[in-house]
Amino acid sequence: MPEVDLRQQTVRDLNEALHRLSRQTNETDWQVLHPNGQHSLAVGIDAPVTVRIKGHVGYYCAGMNKDATVIIDGNAGVGCAENMMSGRVHVKGDVSQAAGATAQGGLLIVDGNASARCGISMKGADIVVKGNIGPMSAFMAQAGNLVVLGDAGEALGDSLYETRIFVRGAVKSLGADCVEKPMGEEEKAILSQVLELAGIADDVRPEAFRFYGSARRLYHFNVDHAEEY
Amino acid sequence: MCGIVGLFLKGKRLESELGALVAAMLETMSERGPDSAGFAVFGEGEDGRVKLTLRLVDVDADSVLADAAGVLGCGVCGQMRETHLVLSIPAEEEVKARFWAEGRPDLVLVGVGNRMELYKEVGAPADVARRFGLQAMSGTHAIGHTRMATESAVTTAGAHPFSTGKDQCLVHNGSLSNHNDLRRRLRRGGMRFETENDSEVAAAYLTSRMAGGLSLGQALEAGLGELDGFYTFVCGTAGGFAVLRDPISCKPAVMAETDDYVAFGSEYRALVPLPDIESARVFEPEPAHVYAWERH
Repeated sequence: MPEVDLRQQTVRDLNEALHRLSRQTNETDWQVLHPNGQHSLAVGIDAPVTVRIKGHVGYYCAGMNKDATVIIDGNAGVGCAENMMSGRVHVKGDVSQAAGATAQGGLLIVDGNASARCGISMKGADIVVKGNIGPMSAFMAQAGNLVVLGDAGEALGDSLYETRIFVRGAVKSLGADCVEKPMGEEEKAILSQVLELAGIADDVRPEAFRFYGSARRLYHFNVDHAEEY
Repeated sequence: MCGIVGLFLKGKRLESELGALVAAMLETMSERGPDSAGFAVFGEGEDGRVKLTLRLVDVDADSVLADAAGVLGCGVCGQMRETHLVLSIPAEEEVKARFWAEGRPDLVLVGVGNRMELYKEVGAPADVARRFGLQAMSGTHAIGHTRMATESAVTTAGAHPFSTGKDQCLVHNGSLSNHNDLRRRLRRGGMRFETENDSEVAAAYLTSRMAGGLSLGQALEAGLGELDGFYTFVCGTAGGFAVLRDPISCKPAVMAETDDYVAFGSEYRALVPLPDIESARVFEPEPAHVYAWERH
């Protein structure tokens, strides 16, 4: 198993080695030691490999990920898995702000809590947070699913487009144009599928969640409000 | 951008290492603030005495000390560190000493306290820490700052921490938008300002509220309603240490707590040099929530 010790090698060494991998590589299991909060670890991978990072990481870890599985045995800083295209990022601890920002596909799993703006502007990824999420999460989120087993902070789903938000705990407040909606069979099936993907379908029932989505009142200019601008 | 750090020890075990640990934390935050750095250390205090940290501008320490002894009497002693002179004087001479220091254009009074010493200079954080000998300092708690100036010039006066009250200091990452108005109001209430810096206003605001009887934590709580802008503050008082982030948590923050200490860093990287960090409880402080610790 290739091993990169970041006390001996640089972040660039790590990322260049990962970028050199062909999609047919046999080096499919990587281990990264002593990350010590460094930024931009394992970003831009474009191969179906698994990278396990043993410790806390800094900003933008596993950003732009495509097809890889990145496992972080610790906490992650700002922008974890930002703009992920596909694959899987699993944070065993907490994540800081803007986790999964603009992510287009793939699955981000956070075992702990996520702080502010989790899933901001997400565009199709699935994000599963087992703890709580911070304020302004799913701000302007466009597609995909945000699933929260704990509580959500203030202004959840502000200016939301079509991301589905499922929260099992309490929601402190909803942002502009985000409303609770009845969970239909379609949403329940989607939620079940995400829980299945995250490996928690046996322990977590979809019925325990409440479903939030866009009221779609901000989609079009409303002439009645013309004088407010 | 700026980087801020803070370390508050819960017991005596690491006190002799405080300076070395904070120096390592500051150096890691150089990337966030390479143009100047500063720190305040709460070390030994002597009953009945006060320490004045003075920055000397083109004047030698011996002549300042001689002048101080002449004005304030023979109970004056001083320790020079790079550009700063820490003058220890009998507590009853404090008012006279402040008046004396303010009357000399070659002296800048950067901090006053029974225990607090405060150092700041332009330069790379590691150099600044080395020049002042931070590595060898001991104490109960300290805060530090690495600056990337955005709102005002790269000068020593614009560097953090700011101290506007006895044994009180603050470091700030962010920018306040209502500092001019607040400065006017605080001036009317008797507060004095050395700079046009927004962070000094935050420090003075807290000082004025604490003078009105609030604790550090309560003063920060009040600040949530009155300080407008982006901020992560780390503050120190003689026995206290506190952290506050603005309600939209614009600026990064991470904390670690063990049985021995509470530590703050703009990023986790700043906490890596700390002992037992691997087993510490590492968490992100929530926005608009005051975190405060006291040690007696």
